[in-house]
Amino acid sequence: MRKSTRKLLNTTLAEIALIAITLVVSMPLFLAISISLQSPEEVFSYPPKIFPKGLYFKNYLDAFKLVPLTRLILNSLIMAGAITAGKLFTGILSGYAYANFRFRGKNVSFFALFATLFLPAETVMIVPLFLIMKKFGWVNTYWALTIPFMASATNTFLFRQHFLSIPKELEDAARIDGATPLQYLTRVLLPLSKAMIGGAAIINFVYAWNMYLWPLVVIMQDEMKTVQIGVKMLIDAESANNWGVIMAGTIVVLIPTVIMFLLLQNLFVKSLVRSGMKG
Amino acid sequence: MIFVGLRNFDRLFHSEEYIRAIKTTVIYVGASVILTIFLSFFIALLLNMKVPGTPIYKALIFIPYAISPAIAGTLWSFLLNPVVGHVNYFFSKFFGISVDWITAKPYALYAIIFASVWKVMPFDIIFYLAGLQDIPDDIIEATTIDGASAWKRIWKIIFPLLSPITFYLVIMNIISFMFSSFAIIDVMTRGGPGDYTTTMIYRLFLDAFAFQKTGIASAESVVLFLVMIVVTFIYFYFGEKRVHYQ
Repeated sequence: MRKSTRKLLNTTLAEIALIAITLVVSMPLFLAISISLQSPEEVFSYPPKIFPKGLYFKNYLDAFKLVPLTRLILNSLIMAGAITAGKLFTGILSGYAYANFRFRGKNVSFFALFATLFLPAETVMIVPLFLIMKKFGWVNTYWALTIPFMASATNTFLFRQHFLSIPKELEDAARIDGATPLQYLTRVLLPLSKAMIGGAAIINFVYAWNMYLWPLVVIMQDEMKTVQIGVKMLIDAESANNWGVIMAGTIVVLIPTVIMFLLLQNLFVKSLVRSGMKG
Repeated sequence: MIFVGLRNFDRLFHSEEYIRAIKTTVIYVGASVILTIFLSFFIALLLNMKVPGTPIYKALIFIPYAISPAIAGTLWSFLLNPVVGHVNYFFSKFFGISVDWITAKPYALYAIIFASVWKVMPFDIIFYLAGLQDIPDDIIEATTIDGASAWKRIWKIIFPLLSPITFYLVIMNIISFMFSSFAIIDVMTRGGPGDYTTTMIYRLFLDAFAFQKTGIASAESVVLFLVMIVVTFIYFYFGEKRVHYQ
């Protein structure tokens, strides 16, 4: 009896605490949506309004006029898509090589890769990477946005671990049936790794979509910039400091990843924990 | 190109600007890591109680994971804006703090810490929740039911059981705050007021791309690279020994 009363009390307290925390954590997003739908008079009224009076969609049109958002979204899609595809391609093949083959220099190259596991390439390498891109003449191109990030130690590790967990008997059986190593990969291993590939794909995509420092330094032309830089362009371009317009543009930029995340939350969480990815 | 030996490093460590950037980094990263770890741990404990509505709370609390640092910075710039910001209004109404957060010391630092912690918290909560699920239910039950000593048990039993995860998260958070936070700082304060919120990565960016001091900037890259090597080494050296759950 006493125990159950206490449990009820604990549950109630936890419930209240969680509601408060959820409100505080989701407040920035909620208020951003609210202000993006307010007319300038509402935006500048003091104290700030929590709910908009009506739905003032003109802010969204203004945001698209202020900054070439359509083009920036396209650039970000190309960049994130290409990086995701590249990382999966190199990650699967190299993971397969480290898991299933013996070759010269395996340990040395594996250790070299291992050393870069936690290295945020986008930031630590930025100076040498920029100089290389300049030499290649790739500044202001999709090449510079995508090629340097098409391989990562994290993906290689992830797929190596996964392939190591698949019983060796399968490989032997496939070999006896006359399958080449590549056929074994595409017909046996990959179908067994669908959830893994899906999880890695969304995490890689969100990572690339959210990149900031590298696009900031390697792209100077407005029409080659990405959406994350677009957010800063909005703040700079909105001379009247109308946060309704800035937030409208911001919502447009954050909506794709947030919706993807809400729809695939379980897959996200599982893959994140399994891979220990930086995100 | 002229070979200058270690002159760039010598100049770097005799530059007051760089020393200040190191101090700022240590304060900002330290405060953010501690806040994130403790807040995440408690929120994970609450979510793990599986009270009604937990799936909805989880979904909403996890959202900042999918939001980029640049956008986190923009959202918090808006919330702290002296004219239109709701959080600024809240602080001036209830605490009498009426400042321009982005340009005033030490509020600019608080501003980037708010945005950084908000952005990184879901990542930690996800890992703590996964760790809590590996702890047998009766241990957790015992800690939640026994009212008075619940605090003690949380610190003496649950927190130590999760120490491998905490260790992993501290390392990951240090990396996030040292590097990914660049976008938050660039959007919110641009390293200001003065160079008050200029961290090592922001200094590197300024030296390399605003002031075109390639030699100094390269030396700064090497310093950051070495920091990362040390962090990675610490992780695998101590992590290997401590990866156990019970």
